[in-house]
Amino acid sequence: MIQLQDLNKYFEEKHVLKNINASFLPGVANLVIGASGGGKSVLVKTMVGLEKPSSGSVLFENRDYHTLEYEEQQKLRREIGMLFQGTALFDSLTVEENVAFPLMMFSEMSKDERRDRVNDCLSRVNLVNANKKTPAEISGGMKKRVGIARAIALNIKYLFCDEPNSGLDPLTSRVIDTLLIDITKEFGITTIINSHDMKTVKDIGEHIVFMHLGEKWWEGSNSDLAKAQKSNKELDAFVKASF
Amino acid sequence: MKIFSEIGRYILFMQYVFKRPERGRVFWSMLVREMNLIGVDSLVVVILIAIITGAVTTVQTASQLTSDAGILPPSLFPMEIVGSVVGSSSVLELAPTITCLVLAGKIGANIASEIGNMQVSEQIDAYEVMGINSIGFVSLPKIIAGMIMIPCLIIASCFLLILGGLIAAKLTGVMTMDEYVTGLRSSFVPHYAKVLMVKAFVFSFIIGSLSCFQGYYTKGGALEVGEAGTKAVTKICVMILLFDLIVAKLLL
Repeated sequence: MIQLQDLNKYFEEKHVLKNINASFLPGVANLVIGASGGGKSVLVKTMVGLEKPSSGSVLFENRDYHTLEYEEQQKLRREIGMLFQGTALFDSLTVEENVAFPLMMFSEMSKDERRDRVNDCLSRVNLVNANKKTPAEISGGMKKRVGIARAIALNIKYLFCDEPNSGLDPLTSRVIDTLLIDITKEFGITTIINSHDMKTVKDIGEHIVFMHLGEKWWEGSNSDLAKAQKSNKELDAFVKASF
Repeated sequence: MKIFSEIGRYILFMQYVFKRPERGRVFWSMLVREMNLIGVDSLVVVILIAIITGAVTTVQTASQLTSDAGILPPSLFPMEIVGSVVGSSSVLELAPTITCLVLAGKIGANIASEIGNMQVSEQIDAYEVMGINSIGFVSLPKIIAGMIMIPCLIIASCFLLILGGLIAAKLTGVMTMDEYVTGLRSSFVPHYAKVLMVKAFVFSFIIGSLSCFQGYYTKGGALEVGEAGTKAVTKICVMILLFDLIVAKLLL
């Protein structure tokens, strides 16, 4: 489980995250939703350690990420996989080299074991016959799948996805959504998906955190969302505008 | 104030550069790749620049010595002086400085743009999320490769400058080859070779570290990536000339 406690983030004078308290549950797809500029991306970047919080804590199974020693932080980071909005694939490497990269860096696998693991991961995301292609030679949807395969190559505990459907057609978006929820269930990982796609929320969201103007406006399960809309006009406006 | 904060940021950056690499095997393969990119791929341009510069220096020095417009009549100067001037200036100044200014434009801009592009496309963030010291991972192989290959290029450039002068002397007939070689040999000072090597290592470190630093802190998009390359080249050129003066003052 990941817990946020009194999390604040300022960019100079601008208060971007305002006293956030939230929990992200293991084995389910946790969705962070909200309009653009609501602080979703900053929240996710702060959780994975790319931004330092101005105050407050990010607890990974009670380990406060930002107060850990550098080496401990690096160790914790190896339990984290991330799918970036722009996929962030290494463009000088082929598809299989991208997926093999974390294995080369952090595992003692032999070349053959590594190749098998890469092929397992790529077949898990339904990507075949693309091993030798470079990121420039594959489509946006395929890039997302390679990004997911790279993220799960090591046995991660936490998977963060920043706008996994951005730039994809509706059909491919659903494929990626299904893939993310399947992987979450199969490996029992804590998945945090930052999205403003309400179709994703309805289809795979189990635990939802609604961000508005840098504040956590609402948190609850997907089944409570409709009820919450009645009492929360900002959430209601966001949900209606997104459909 | 901005310059002090920039220097502070550069020092912090360098602390991360020299942390122990996560995986030696990956580091070595990256180092070999960078040595190839920096060294082998720059060889042609260094050969061309060195030979042409050596030839021009010879022709112009000979022209000045044989000109009637000088303070002293040309008959007072033996032509061996041309070889002496070309040899000394090649070792002390032309080989390290001109070569590194050219390499600043080629390698410095290339490295800054490459790392800048990795930054804006979130590849650097991907390294960080994986638990990799991204500064060291992307910068250290480039800096070390530069410090191995650029001094080699500078040594090659030094010989090629002298060879360029020799070719110019032969082709233009401004002096005999014997006069040129005699001048070269008479002016050779072993200490100058030490100065050359000190300059070579200092300049190659400047090229590698400043280009990585400039690229790493790129923010924005394609425009900023281009700007990072330009800024890196400008800063490297200024620093090379500044340290050229400092090293010359300290060692000569």
